[in-house]
Amino acid sequence: MPRSDLEMTVGDMLRQHGISRRGFIKFCTAAASAMALPPSVGVAMAEQLIHARRPSVLYLSFQECTGCLESLTRSFAPTIENLIFNVISLDYDDTLMAAAGEAAESARMQAMQDNFGKYVLIVDGSVPTGAGGAYCTAGGRSAVETLREAAKGAAAIVCVGTCSAFGGIPFADPNPTEAWPVMAIVGDKPIINVSGCPPIPEVITGTLLQFVTTGKVPDLDEHRRPKVFFGNTIHDRCYRRPFYDQGKFAKSFDDEGARNGWCLYELGCKGPTTYNACATVKWNGGTSFPIESGHGCIGCSEPGFWDKGSFYAAQSTALWGKAGESSPREVLELSASAVAVGGVIGVASAGASRLRQHRSAQDADQRDSNGDN
Amino acid sequence: MDLLGFARGPALKAALAIFCLGVAWRIAGFALLRIRRDLNKPRASPARFLTEGLIAVGTRSWPHPEFIGRTGAGEALGYSYHLGLFALVLLFGPHIAFFGSLIGIRWPGLPSSLITVISVLTLALFLAVLFRRVTNPVMRMLSNFDDYFSWFITMLVLGTGLAATAHIGAPYQTLLALHILSFDALLVWFPFGKLMHAFYIFPSRAINGALLARKGATS
Repeated sequence: MPRSDLEMTVGDMLRQHGISRRGFIKFCTAAASAMALPPSVGVAMAEQLIHARRPSVLYLSFQECTGCLESLTRSFAPTIENLIFNVISLDYDDTLMAAAGEAAESARMQAMQDNFGKYVLIVDGSVPTGAGGAYCTAGGRSAVETLREAAKGAAAIVCVGTCSAFGGIPFADPNPTEAWPVMAIVGDKPIINVSGCPPIPEVITGTLLQFVTTGKVPDLDEHRRPKVFFGNTIHDRCYRRPFYDQGKFAKSFDDEGARNGWCLYELGCKGPTTYNACATVKWNGGTSFPIESGHGCIGCSEPGFWDKGSFYAAQSTALWGKAGESSPREVLELSASAVAVGGVIGVASAGASRLRQHRSAQDADQRDSNGDN
Repeated sequence: MDLLGFARGPALKAALAIFCLGVAWRIAGFALLRIRRDLNKPRASPARFLTEGLIAVGTRSWPHPEFIGRTGAGEALGYSYHLGLFALVLLFGPHIAFFGSLIGIRWPGLPSSLITVISVLTLALFLAVLFRRVTNPVMRMLSNFDDYFSWFITMLVLGTGLAATAHIGAPYQTLLALHILSFDALLVWFPFGKLMHAFYIFPSRAINGALLARKGATS
């Protein structure tokens, strides 16, 4: 009797697609190396996965730009097609799935019912709560309502992108839609934040694969990001770090320093305060990363990165007002006002001091004249 | 707003305003102090007062030959750590970027590795200065809370800066935030403590020299 898709193990699916066990071990080893794990773990992952049922995964898109999904579809190790055809059962993704409308929503409800307590919920985008959640609705239901419902039966929630992890652009001041990150709304489920705008594709797939393989939430940092990918700053692993140590900084994007590949710190690079794997895993199958292309890191995987000042101001510089950059004119105005006030206080205190001295001299004269009399 | 944003933003703004206000207050108060009229006949011309005042700024900045054996080491120590501080404050790339963002001018700096070496040396000199202050009976007697707190707050800026550059003890953003916050605290303390000597030292030497010249003495 043929087994249904839900009953089939990953091994069954692989055999059905003509993929050998050896080929699958190679795939898992590549994924393990992307996560900086030893090759032996790749073998263990493969053995585990071959006998496991493909876990159901639901992908919810809220207040987002679809950049994260675009990024995910460019994963090289593992590739997205390998992941969704062989490792996971992507039961709902309103952008990728062929079904739409009522059929799509029914598929989601069915998957949630069949896999209650076991499915992985991926959330992309922040959750607007303003105007009763009306800023983001699908099928007549608000994002916040859908999230709360879907979170109930999830084994874990993977927040893909800075919007779902930390609020991202919608959360930035003045946050007109009253957007929140997922962890501000769901408090009783394991949450893994895979931040970035967008996140590195291999970091998304690697995190998913690690959870699916082990069934455990990986070691997380204080922002609930997997330490394996977010354990170091970009600066720590940057190939331009020696130039920082030598004090060689590009002063503009087209000067000799920039052409020589010097450090971009003074041009606003946020590498020293940004935790991500850009400098090691890189992008487009390991081709390069923003700093390698000549632009400083904008710190997109950090909470509140839109509100931390200009992307082009060094981190040691002053943050002045909402624009985030100090202007010498504003500094001069503030300093001049403070000097004027200080000057007035100084003149007043000197005047008071002279008055005291004058009075005490008068008192002394008075005493002297009284003594003479 | 995170700690780094607070340190670079509102805290820096407030500290800078307090610094400017305090310095103007102290200088105005100092400049307008009542000076007792000297009824003696001047022993030199006003031009001579001025010249002797300017000369005093130079001569008082160097140990007198008669006392060099006793005070030379202390003065060398003082000059060394002041030079170290100037190099650290004015010639480190991120500091140049900081001042550049405030005043709109930038200048060339020193290699970061050299700055690290200067930081460690300056740190050692700072400890030596403190050791001298607590072990020398006269210095100890002359010292008060102001001296120790001024030393402490400058040391805090130096120590957190060194830790941030070398990435020691905490994530960079935390260390950078603490470094900038300690600098903010220094700006607030500056006008009201002995750090104000940065503004007073040369005018007071010049005034002393001019007053001595008026009495017919050389400084």
